[in-house]
Amino acid sequence: MNPHNLSIEELKQKAAQVRRDIVRMVHAVNSGHPGGSLGCTDYFVSLYFKVMNYSTDFTMEGKGEDLFFLSNGHISPVWYSVLARAGFFDVKELATFRKLNSRLQGHPTTHEGLPGIRIASGSLGQGLSAALGAAQAKKLNNDDSLVYVLMGDGELEEGQIWEAAMYAAHHKVDNIIATVDKNGQQIDGSTDEVMSLGDLRAKFEAFGWHVLEADGNNFELLLPALDDAKAATGKGKPVLILMNTEMGFGVDFMMGSHKWHGVAPNDEQLEIALQQLAVEQASDY
Amino acid sequence: MKEYTYTEKKDTRSGFGDGLLELGRQNPNVVGLCADLTGSLKMNAFQKEFPERFFQVGIAEANMIGLAAGMTIGGKIPFAATFANFATGRVYDQIRQSVAYSGKNVKICASHAGLTLGEDGATHQILEDIGMMKMLPGMTVINPCDYNQTKAATIAIADYDGPVYLRFGRPVVPIFTPADQKFEIGKAVMLNEGTDVSIFATGHLVWKAILAGKTLAEKGISAEIINIHTIKPLDVEAVLASVAKTRCVVTAEEHNRLGGLGDSIAQVLATAHPAPQEYVAVDDTFGESGTPEELMEKYGLTEGNIVAAAERAISRK
Repeated sequence: MNPHNLSIEELKQKAAQVRRDIVRMVHAVNSGHPGGSLGCTDYFVSLYFKVMNYSTDFTMEGKGEDLFFLSNGHISPVWYSVLARAGFFDVKELATFRKLNSRLQGHPTTHEGLPGIRIASGSLGQGLSAALGAAQAKKLNNDDSLVYVLMGDGELEEGQIWEAAMYAAHHKVDNIIATVDKNGQQIDGSTDEVMSLGDLRAKFEAFGWHVLEADGNNFELLLPALDDAKAATGKGKPVLILMNTEMGFGVDFMMGSHKWHGVAPNDEQLEIALQQLAVEQASDY
Repeated sequence: MKEYTYTEKKDTRSGFGDGLLELGRQNPNVVGLCADLTGSLKMNAFQKEFPERFFQVGIAEANMIGLAAGMTIGGKIPFAATFANFATGRVYDQIRQSVAYSGKNVKICASHAGLTLGEDGATHQILEDIGMMKMLPGMTVINPCDYNQTKAATIAIADYDGPVYLRFGRPVVPIFTPADQKFEIGKAVMLNEGTDVSIFATGHLVWKAILAGKTLAEKGISAEIINIHTIKPLDVEAVLASVAKTRCVVTAEEHNRLGGLGDSIAQVLATAHPAPQEYVAVDDTFGESGTPEELMEKYGLTEGNIVAAAERAISRK
């Protein structure tokens, strides 16, 4: 069971609140990664408030629960906000993001014992391997729940991703749903300028994956795609969602550019962003 | 002086393979991963008996480390194995982030360490692995000396919850430690008590230290010989107790003199009990092709090198 199971209208409100958290968190410490966090907010909100079966009484093993792994750890603000709002820890703790002695490190880690995190990420390319290992352990344990993992599209330039992609098909790891955040941007520019990713559907299909596409910034389209992905598990192939998102989604001046990958808004920009991210009943931390 | 004899020689990697097989029978959570070197790592028996718990990864070591880290989340105890070079330097960042920093219960099992891999040459002879691994916070580093000890260590590390680097090798070496030994992580093994010089050796150099001890005894020198199978955590108590008695030290290892056992001991001496120390180690260079014996001779890792180092250390007291 999902502990929240929100309606689409409620998911939209939750997503707006999470986006408010994101811009406030990065503004407070003048650092962090708002662009990808805002773009992936609807995906995270969908998983934690609708799709995944889990308990907020966190255990490392998560026996019988769906597990989530974040490979592109720099979008930690969205994950932290969603974990707090989902009930893993007090939302007040979001105020400690990136500060000394915080459990909310710049990039996610198990080191400080933050509930909801199962492995450190930040150095890119490693999350798919870890998620596959966790998925295979579930099979050995006769645990038929699923493993979700999110990767950035720029991250696909790391070779380890393709080692893992080859492995997943060979070993028929069909209890995993990997998602690529396809926002077409990375630090130095667009992925087309920096390193062309080519036809990702064809590439993953050639590696033996079942590939779906989704709009990551529209709940009406994203939720059915996540359902389709779930329905495609258990059929001998690993499942991949190519999820189109807009970096900075929800804040107009952050959208459509790589420039807000790792830059925080100033005071004035924060005010404008918060005006755009209105919710019926804001409950800012 | 205690006599050490042997009737059989075996490779330490076979100790790993046999230990893993025994573990597999004892503990259903033990899983094996290998990157296309199953035969070289002696994992065939485990693979055959427990096919559902053996994962062939192909030539993809980075993925192997990540998979192993992920499997621990489901309560598995992964033994991820390949050559020492590919198990460390090639995947340092994966070990650092996904295993060490994440505190995962992964056993990194590394064969063909050091010069004694032989003819393949320097691309495969890693001499920096102990240094890399011991620098990682929370990593345990073990380098057993013979077949029996490697087997015992393999079994013992499954009971310890945390990342371990287990280093062993390719050549056959004398089996002189007991088959029924209990392996204690971090506990140095006193092989010979002595009063003139402490010889701290690890891995393949332990047997050579024993031979050196005999030669030294013939020269009227009483050498204390201690097997440091665990380089981290180091048995500081045993090191200091020995040095308090002998007041000089030789360290012997099949590793670069930078960053290995010698440096770990030197740090203890410098901070707690300054004493002359001589290194028997590879002098900050790469290896090359040759037979193991030729290489150990050329790079200064013989019984004779240990004897000479002991005499130098004593003369500096």
